[in-house]
Order: sequence, then C-alpha cells, then structure tokens
Amino acid sequence: MSQPKQAATPLSTPMERPSLLKRINLQQYVVYLGFLAIFLFFAIVLRDSGFLTVRNLSNIVLQTAPATIMAIGLVFVLSAGEIDLSIGSIVAVSALAAAVTINAYGMVAGIAVGLGAGLAIGLVNGVLVAYVRLPSFLVTLATMGLFAGVARSLTDLRSIPVTDSTFTGFFGSGALLGIPSLVWWTVIAILIGHIVYRETRFGAHVLATGDNNRAASVSGISVPRIRLAVMMLSGGLAALAGLLYAGRLQAAKYTLGETDLMTVIAAVIVGGTLLNGGKGSVVGALVGSLMMGMLNNGLILMGLSVSDQMIVRGLIILAAVAVSLREKAR
Amino acid sequence: MQTSSSEPVLVLKDIRKSFGAVTAIENFSLDIRPGEIVALVGDNGAGKSTLIKIISGVYAPSSGSITIEGETVSMASASMARAHGIEVVYQDLALADQQPVYMNMFLGREPVNRFGLLDRRTMIAETEKLVKELDVRIPSAHATIRDLSGGQRQGVAIARATRWASKLILLDEPTAALGVAETAKVEAIVQSLKSRNIGVLIISHSLDQVFKLSDRICVLRRGKQIGLRNTAETNKNEIVSMITGLN
Repeated sequence: MSQPKQAATPLSTPMERPSLLKRINLQQYVVYLGFLAIFLFFAIVLRDSGFLTVRNLSNIVLQTAPATIMAIGLVFVLSAGEIDLSIGSIVAVSALAAAVTINAYGMVAGIAVGLGAGLAIGLVNGVLVAYVRLPSFLVTLATMGLFAGVARSLTDLRSIPVTDSTFTGFFGSGALLGIPSLVWWTVIAILIGHIVYRETRFGAHVLATGDNNRAASVSGISVPRIRLAVMMLSGGLAALAGLLYAGRLQAAKYTLGETDLMTVIAAVIVGGTLLNGGKGSVVGALVGSLMMGMLNNGLILMGLSVSDQMIVRGLIILAAVAVSLREKAR
Repeated sequence: MQTSSSEPVLVLKDIRKSFGAVTAIENFSLDIRPGEIVALVGDNGAGKSTLIKIISGVYAPSSGSITIEGETVSMASASMARAHGIEVVYQDLALADQQPVYMNMFLGREPVNRFGLLDRRTMIAETEKLVKELDVRIPSAHATIRDLSGGQRQGVAIARATRWASKLILLDEPTAALGVAETAKVEAIVQSLKSRNIGVLIISHSLDQVFKLSDRICVLRRGKQIGLRNTAETNKNEIVSMITGLN
C-alpha cells in the first residue's frame, strides 16, 4: 500500500539535497574496491613472481584492450535492456574477413571489410530485435552459433597471417609518443564511449529505453531505432576488437574472441551496469575489464591450473551478479 | 503567458470513433477554455480512455473535428499532439524509474549545448523552479524516481506535463493509486494549474474529487455523451443518475 510520505521530507526546505552519505551508492564503488583488493592481494602474494613489474602490468593492459572495447558496446546494449551474446563470434568473423582482405587488397580495404562485417552482423541482430521484436537473448544466441560457424568455414579452420606492418603497428604492436597503440585505442574508445553514454541525448535515450521502454516511447523516443543502434554499436566495437587481436597476434583465426563473452559480461556487470537495463557505467566497465585481466594474469602467475582459474573466475562473476541484482531489487 | 481569453483551447465537434462494427464514441462535442478544469466521468467501458487517446493523438477519430486554438488539426501520432501543446499524465505515470527527476522532466526533449552535449544545468534549474512553483515536495532535482513516494512521482509527472503543455493537460485517474494525504497533495497541484491558463481534462472515478476540482462535468455512458453540467449547478445525485442511467 502506498502511504503518505510527506512527513519524510522537511516542509521548510523542500529542495535540500540528501546528505552526501545517502547519495553515495556503495554498489557504484564496488568495482574500484574490488580492483584495489585484488591488486593488493596479488601484489603481496606474488611479490616475488614478477606481478608488480612494469612489463607485467603493461601486459595486462595490452591483453585486455580488445575485451575493454567490446565491454563498451555491451554497456550500451545492457543499458538499453538488451543483450548481445554474438560479440565473440563477431570478433572472429571480422578479424578473418579483415585478414583475408588485407592480404588481397591492402590495409584500408581490410579495415573497411572487417568493421563492415561487424556492423552488418549488428544490423542483422538489431533488425531482428528492434523490428521483428524477437528477444535479443535468443537472436544473439542463434547468431553467435551461426557466425562461429561462418568463421570456421571462412578459411577452413586455417589461421591467416597478417603481414602488413602498417596494420599490425596501427592496431597491435606499434606505439605513439612512447605509448603502445593498444593503450591509445583503449583510452580513446573509453573517452568517446563515456561522453556518448553520459553526455549525449543518445545515451540518455538508451538509458530511458532500458529503464522503461513505454515511458521512452510516449516521450517521443524511437525505441526500435535505439535498439537497432545499440546492437550495431556492439557489432562495430566487437569488429574493432577483432582488428586489435589480428594486429597484436599478426594473424587471425576462428578461435579469436571465443572465450571473451563471459569475461566481457563479467567486466561490464562488475563495473556497475545492470543486467536489466537503465543504469550503467563505461568507466566502470574499463575497471571491470582490467580487473578480469589482472585476475587472469595473477592466477596464472600463482600457478593455478586452467580448471582452477575457471572456478575462481566463476565465483567472482557470481559475486558480481549477486551485488548487481541486489541493487536492482532495493 | 497570455492573458485570460475566452477562446477555447480545444474544441471537439461531433467526434465519432468506431472499431469495426463497434462504436466506441458517438457524437461527442466539448470545448475546454484556458484555466478551466473539465471532468470526464462515466462507468468502466463508457469510452473515457478512447476519448483520451483521440485527444492525445493515439487514435484518429472516425469522423468529427478537433480544433486547437482555432486551428483544425488532424493528429496522426502522440508526438503531433505534443507539438500542439497537449500533454498526457498517464495512469502508470510513464516515468523512467532509475533516472533522476530532471532527466524525466526532459525525457525525449533534452536540451543540448553548442557542442551537442546534454545541458544538465538548464534541466536542473528548470526542474527546481517548476517543482517549487507547483509545490511538489521532492528531495531534489537529482533524486532518483524510484526513491520517491507515489504522490511525489505523480507530482513529477504533472510537473513534466505542465512544463510542456501550452494548451491542455489530460489527467487519467491521477490519484487512483494514492493514499489520502497524497491525493490531497496532488489535488492541490491540479488546482494550481488553473492559474497557468491551460485547459485541464481530468478523468476520475471519485465524485468527491470531481466536485472539488472541476468547473464542468461531462458524463459519458456507453460511448454517448449524456450531458455536460456546470459543477456549481449540479449535485452528486444528478451526476450518478446520469452515469448509471437510473433515476
């Protein structure tokens, strides 16, 4: 039952903001605290195993770059109340399409084809979700399998080398002003993603759509167009992640991105984005992604077996989802 | 803000709406003047919601005309009704729960600065000014909708409609889900709309509320307009018998 709550707000100062303590939302900072805790844990436990070396730490950043880029797209998708399970398959298809095209027609054509492939898959996902009105979970579950198959058949399971040194420098091993290109990509993508998400009408409409699509709709927001846009954005960013993999590894293979889906979802959720839409954070996703990368790196240095690593990662994801859903039900 | 004029903000003339063989509304005529509150009453299924949807552009009438401040319009969508200065406060409020009050106030119509970025300062300032004027007691423009009480939410929804409506606000059962004290608060806000020179059409099941707020009462029964009375010149018994068709 609704109860009169007038008494809860002081009548004399109706415009007063709630106290700072009340406005700080603990869940918002869980990712930073978690990041710090895991970092300190490894720094102490692995102090003799080289965890704290500049080389190792920068390696973590370089390795997480593709996942971070994908995570930005997923923040938009989840915020709009949808999900994209096909990002891993898009990475593989885009990287392979780019690699084949680079070897035949050069770098520019390769980049265009790689990104175009991701946007095209995003378009397929988006049209099915926004206009055919199928649930994104089922659509992208299907396209995930479909395009994993396409990636396998594209080059008959073969790995395609990428020898164009301009491409591998630009997307992988190069550096500008002493800073590795993968770091540049991460910083620029996070910066643009954050501004678009927080400071533009598009970002506001994505949040409104995921929060209450009827409210968005009667307010004049084109909900189908927002749904299409986030699916294409996700596809485009997954394709960029594919190019970064191809650049760093100087090769493309159908296995690229295969295991990224879980990592990216975990990074985004840990970073404070709600699974059910309406709320999220691009910067949180970056920290979440770095946290997952650090976890991988630390667990390997600790000498854990692959199966133990999977168990620990699973537990962390479980904890993150628990915090996320508790917040929603508050 | 214009001075009080007697020209109606909205004139409905011989509105008819049928869905296939079913006639939902027939021969409905009504005019609403600025600063006037008209109540629309009738039993469930009398056609009140259909009428609201026609005025808010969701349905096109099968025949008849809609005139807004002297201009005959045909509205094919809710956005066209909004462009004509008509705002609806829906029963389920249509607020985005996890967004702050000021974002809801500007939902779909957010102002941007010259760089194309959201102009939060303007949104917050306008929101604070408006909730103060309407005496909607919320903690702040930054408050998240879901942290507000039902009455506060309804206050925000009405404030939003007030921000954008230049001609007419449609209120669809604005207090149906509220407690006693919150209902009184929302009624006070609705009352204060009269001074803003816009027309208000309110649907309500509470005759007490109708008599408290309205200047005129329009009764619908089974899609037919039974009558239109000046609130001061009628009583509950007459309205009840008009609604039910019993004497």
